[in-house]
Amino acid sequence: MLAVALSLVLMVLDHRFAHLHQLRTTLSVATYPLQILAELPVTASQWLQEITTTRSELVSNNEALRAQNLKLSAELQKFESLQAENIRLRNLLDASYKVGDRVLIAELSAVDLDPYKQQVVISKGSTSGVYEGQAVLDADAVMGQVIQVTPFSSTVLLITDPSHSIPVQVLRSGLRTIAVGSGRVNELNLPYLPTNSDIREGDLLVTSGLGGKFPSGYPVARVTRIDRAPNNAFAEISAEPAAHLDRSREVLVVWSVTPAPTIAEEAPEPVAEADDSGDESPAEDSP
Amino acid sequence: MNSRSIWVLAITFLVALLMMILPMPEWARPFRPQWVTLTLIYWCIALPHRVGVGTGFTLGILLDVLTGTLLGQHALGLSLVAFLSVQLHARIRVFPFWQQALAVLVLLVVEHLFALWVMGAIDQTPPGLIYWVVPLIGAVLWPWVFVTLRDVRRRFKIT
Repeated sequence: MLAVALSLVLMVLDHRFAHLHQLRTTLSVATYPLQILAELPVTASQWLQEITTTRSELVSNNEALRAQNLKLSAELQKFESLQAENIRLRNLLDASYKVGDRVLIAELSAVDLDPYKQQVVISKGSTSGVYEGQAVLDADAVMGQVIQVTPFSSTVLLITDPSHSIPVQVLRSGLRTIAVGSGRVNELNLPYLPTNSDIREGDLLVTSGLGGKFPSGYPVARVTRIDRAPNNAFAEISAEPAAHLDRSREVLVVWSVTPAPTIAEEAPEPVAEADDSGDESPAEDSP
Repeated sequence: MNSRSIWVLAITFLVALLMMILPMPEWARPFRPQWVTLTLIYWCIALPHRVGVGTGFTLGILLDVLTGTLLGQHALGLSLVAFLSVQLHARIRVFPFWQQALAVLVLLVVEHLFALWVMGAIDQTPPGLIYWVVPLIGAVLWPWVFVTLRDVRRRFKIT
């Protein structure tokens, strides 16, 4: 009975408050050897595959990569000039420009977690500077965000988990909304768009950068189905994540480099004013 | 119980935990048997005076940390299963294999039911009917688990 009560208390604490984070992290470090052991067959087979690839395979692989590299660097040339142009235009508008994003490549661990939660473990932890709430991408699109960090590994909540929502923007029309996970690995829901909103099947959704967790402008999903029932106020829209959530082996952990917030500089001024005129108007509270 | 038997017991539990996170193909993931529960039931029946609710609770917490579930979700189920198996050990021990498997099925369902309640309480999407196939697989596997662990117990003379 004591154990039952204890586990109930633990569950409530874990669900409602963040007190148990430290305990969970400590235990995760203790069980890390088990994770490595569980991964061993996969890493061993990968290693075996690597050392047994034939020369011709390597040569053809190399050629394909060379071609891709050439194509990408050609595209990058265009991108650099466009970026310079973008910075110049934004300077004209006096708008702040995000300097850029720094990424770290992490490998996905093969360890299976609870099959009814959309979570994965990656091979980089707080020793590499990963922090909670950080955005995680794969080669194509946004995958999710870090929810738990241990020194050597971290857990990532995928965007398709039912408890995860991500602020997005329709690339074509600039319409902003929120994409909520469905619990299935290939589907996101957009429940907050009115029936008459400007969205079509095939539209690309990108991160809007609102909320501050995800850097803006990364692709998230493509709209697959729109159900505009005339008797409903909201359309039922589902989208397919552009990231290969169930297939990626390498992921990118992103640090966004943002310019220092200007709001912080403006904030002290009203306080100073309030101090000056504090005796005359006590009703006016400083913010 | 000497220190060597404790080590053997710990290793069987570690192997069971390992089997719970071993990578499996995507289609097979929902069918993973409850290895930890099966191992716990065996040791509770075989050594009811040594293994009990405390062991179940500890294993549950470790399993929660390993699989990323709510801390306490597995601990609750495994503590209850340990309690029930210790209570029923004298009866289950003398059953023939198929009858034992039925009793184990009930225990496995109890664990799954509690996990489902917890999922419901924290607004997690409830799994489909496939969820209930897992205890059946566990019950089918029970005779093999039983024989293997009994051999381990006799080999290392754990009492």
